[in-house]
Amino acid sequence: MARIRTIARRTFLVGSAALAGGVSFGIWTVRRPHDNPLAGRVAEGAATFNPWVVVDAEGVTLLTPHADIGQGAAHMQALLIAEEMDLAPGGYRTVFPEPDAAYYNTALAAEAADALAALVPIPAAFLETAVGAATKVIGLQMTGGSSSVPDSFDKLRRAGAVARETLKAAAAAETGIAVSDLGTADGQVLLPDGTALPYTALAGRAATLDPVTDVPLRPASDWRLIGRAVPRPDVIAKSTGRQEFGIDMALEGMLHAAVRTNPRRGPMLGFDAAPAEAMRGVRKVVPVTNGVAVIADNTWRAFAAVEAVDVVWGEAPYRPEQEQHWQALAESLGSPDALNATWREDGDVDAAPGEVVEATYRAPYVAHQPLEPLNATVRVTEDAVEVWTGTQVPADAARIVAETTGHAPEDVRLHNRFAGGSFGHRLEVAHLRLAAEIADAVRGTPVKLTYSREEDFAQDFPRHIALARCAGRVAEGRVTALDIDVAAAPVTLSQSTRLGIPLGGPDTQTAAGIFNAPYAPQAFRVRGYLAEGLAPVSSWRSVGASYGGFFLEGLLDELIHAAGADPVAERLRLVSDPVARGVLERVAEMADWQGPVSGPGRGRGVALVESFGVPVAEIVEVTATERGIRIDDVWVAADAGPVVDPVNFENQVQGGVIWGLGHAITAEHTYSDGMAEQRNFPDGEGLRLSQAPRVHVAALTANRRIRGIGEPPVPPAAPALAAAIFAATGTRLREMPFRKAIDFV
Amino acid sequence: MYLIVNDVGHEVDVEPEMPLLWVLRDVIGLTGTKYGCGVAQCGACTVHVDGVARRSCQVRAGDVAGARIRTIEGLGTPDAPHPVQAAWIAGQVAQCGYCQSGQIMQAAALLAGTPDPTDADIDAAMAGNLCRCGTYPRIRAAIRAAARAAQGA
Repeated sequence: MARIRTIARRTFLVGSAALAGGVSFGIWTVRRPHDNPLAGRVAEGAATFNPWVVVDAEGVTLLTPHADIGQGAAHMQALLIAEEMDLAPGGYRTVFPEPDAAYYNTALAAEAADALAALVPIPAAFLETAVGAATKVIGLQMTGGSSSVPDSFDKLRRAGAVARETLKAAAAAETGIAVSDLGTADGQVLLPDGTALPYTALAGRAATLDPVTDVPLRPASDWRLIGRAVPRPDVIAKSTGRQEFGIDMALEGMLHAAVRTNPRRGPMLGFDAAPAEAMRGVRKVVPVTNGVAVIADNTWRAFAAVEAVDVVWGEAPYRPEQEQHWQALAESLGSPDALNATWREDGDVDAAPGEVVEATYRAPYVAHQPLEPLNATVRVTEDAVEVWTGTQVPADAARIVAETTGHAPEDVRLHNRFAGGSFGHRLEVAHLRLAAEIADAVRGTPVKLTYSREEDFAQDFPRHIALARCAGRVAEGRVTALDIDVAAAPVTLSQSTRLGIPLGGPDTQTAAGIFNAPYAPQAFRVRGYLAEGLAPVSSWRSVGASYGGFFLEGLLDELIHAAGADPVAERLRLVSDPVARGVLERVAEMADWQGPVSGPGRGRGVALVESFGVPVAEIVEVTATERGIRIDDVWVAADAGPVVDPVNFENQVQGGVIWGLGHAITAEHTYSDGMAEQRNFPDGEGLRLSQAPRVHVAALTANRRIRGIGEPPVPPAAPALAAAIFAATGTRLREMPFRKAIDFV
Repeated sequence: MYLIVNDVGHEVDVEPEMPLLWVLRDVIGLTGTKYGCGVAQCGACTVHVDGVARRSCQVRAGDVAGARIRTIEGLGTPDAPHPVQAAWIAGQVAQCGYCQSGQIMQAAALLAGTPDPTDADIDAAMAGNLCRCGTYPRIRAAIRAAARAAQGA
């Protein structure tokens, strides 16, 4: 019990979800549904049944609160509504709604509860209820953690069903025909005589009715769209140059801004604007938080002028040299003062039989760098602010803009935009504060702030750096113990502090992908340590598991090799969860696994990592050529439950694998004199087309609940690649990026 | 300065050294061509100048006055896509889509000169186009599909 009290004394927050506050909300506060933010805002004659559907005489509009950062969220959300609403694909338009508590994320609680259950003897289901209450009351609207599908799956199908039944009720009222005699298809209510009444013609009547809310969801056997290959509408726009991203925003009279902030992330001590002010097209030089901005009549002139401003920068608020960061991690590793949580302690690792195998593993900072640079367009007037940007945290973004300009939160209107990638980059808001400061300096005029690639690299809040002491034991050809101490930068605290809601306490993302590994050796211990004085860090696609999987599976590969066992067979012996066993068996079958050496100079590696509730097994095959390692094929089996869109699923898995491989090989973000040394591509860019392997994907559907697939394919890629390289060459890789130790084609 | 973009003439008042990329985006208003790096390392800004794929961030506007400039918007339309665009759509290539304008312009230039490219041809031609989402397997498949479609026609 002492351990429980120790933890409970802290502000007990995991991931982004509050637990401590959750149980203190009154029961009515928690049960009461959020008001529909669209009610009273739609035009006369338009019907809105819930926060996700509007029908008027012109057409059907589906509101998709999850940001689309390339993962196909807009399409996925619309498809779920369309499934129950009986809309034809393309028979609607989608819009990102303005942020509202009604769009709170219902899926964050499950992930947080699973992690908390590892620390306290309280059932995960109870924890999930408590955390869920907190996220609902806070109105936490976030796209991330591969939560868009689990958040949307029931909720949006229900929204579609409610709309359909209410439109049928409207048709019944119009025609006098009983609802039970009406059908629906392709955006129409069908009468018994075959007459079709378009939903658009029923909107006016439907708007006068209370939504029919007691509607059961259809069984999977009735699905027409879910699980089928339905083309993404945005792919047409994206293939013809018509997709408008945040950076493509254009408004009448809009000016263009560029920014330069302290590359050491410290203060801006002073600047001389004169050289910039003399340049063509420059309208204004504006001091901003930790830097300076130029407003000009086009982006290129703004970029050039901001470089011409002479600025004096202050010191970095963290250790200036990269080696000091590794030193801080090494010092915290194993230190009682730096212990953040003991995430797992099964059996006694010191008493487990066999000889000890021990190794140190390292994972660097890594920048996000989606191809669309950070940008935002803002117009500030005396009584309102409008913002156009692609963001994963629209409510936080609007709040921070309001704080910056001094407007009331309800006077900020935020229009989310399709984003050219994110990988966690657009969970951050610092660039939105700057955009608001800039636009506030020229009230009445809209200003688009575009980051140069160099500024984007310099100001990226990278993946948290980590260092691990990995130990284990082998006896009689078997792995008997796993014992991992991992020290990292405090990612949840760092990120949440910038959002204005500092979350202390146990940080799941220190040891994610390790403590939740689906293995049950005789003894298994995982301890997380947090180091201080490091650079600010943020969530990077698959977050802690992006290195946790590498540490655990890297160690496991070493142990299995020492034991003389087969990497697949020994994992199957250790695996404790049937869903994880399923993906491992499947991937071995797909690759026709016969062992790690598959030919002269050819090697194969396997890894199994669970993240965001999704076990993913991957087998990588490489060839050692004269020009370096070539990655030939990757086989992937993943189990995220039912698949909404099989084509997009495959694309996400392929992309996730290539992301995981590419960054394991090429990417690090290092500091010198407090500044990131990586300035532009090709630094940390991942793979190019010629380096990308064939990626063979299988989706299994035995997961106990539906999950997202954006992140889970990433973590197994690095350890499977490292194991394959070991099999092919005998070189053991324990530090990313691998290209520091070995050449790649 | 007179620029001919997608067969339409534009009189623009800009510095001769202004990169074509920014003239297209901020002056003419064609935003399908993307800014990614500004140093010819990502290929997002690829356009055709007299039929040749060029990184528009490195092309001085003054150097292409009077040349035939084609951007992604002029390659094809949603209703009448270029065969490469049609292959991209059929293959559901895009994720975020930000690099795809440049990928498609590069692939279209490749197929115009090499109608039946080998894997090595594709590797070489597409080496300068970065996709952070990792759609490469689908890009390769779409280029092959577009080549097959052209051969069959």
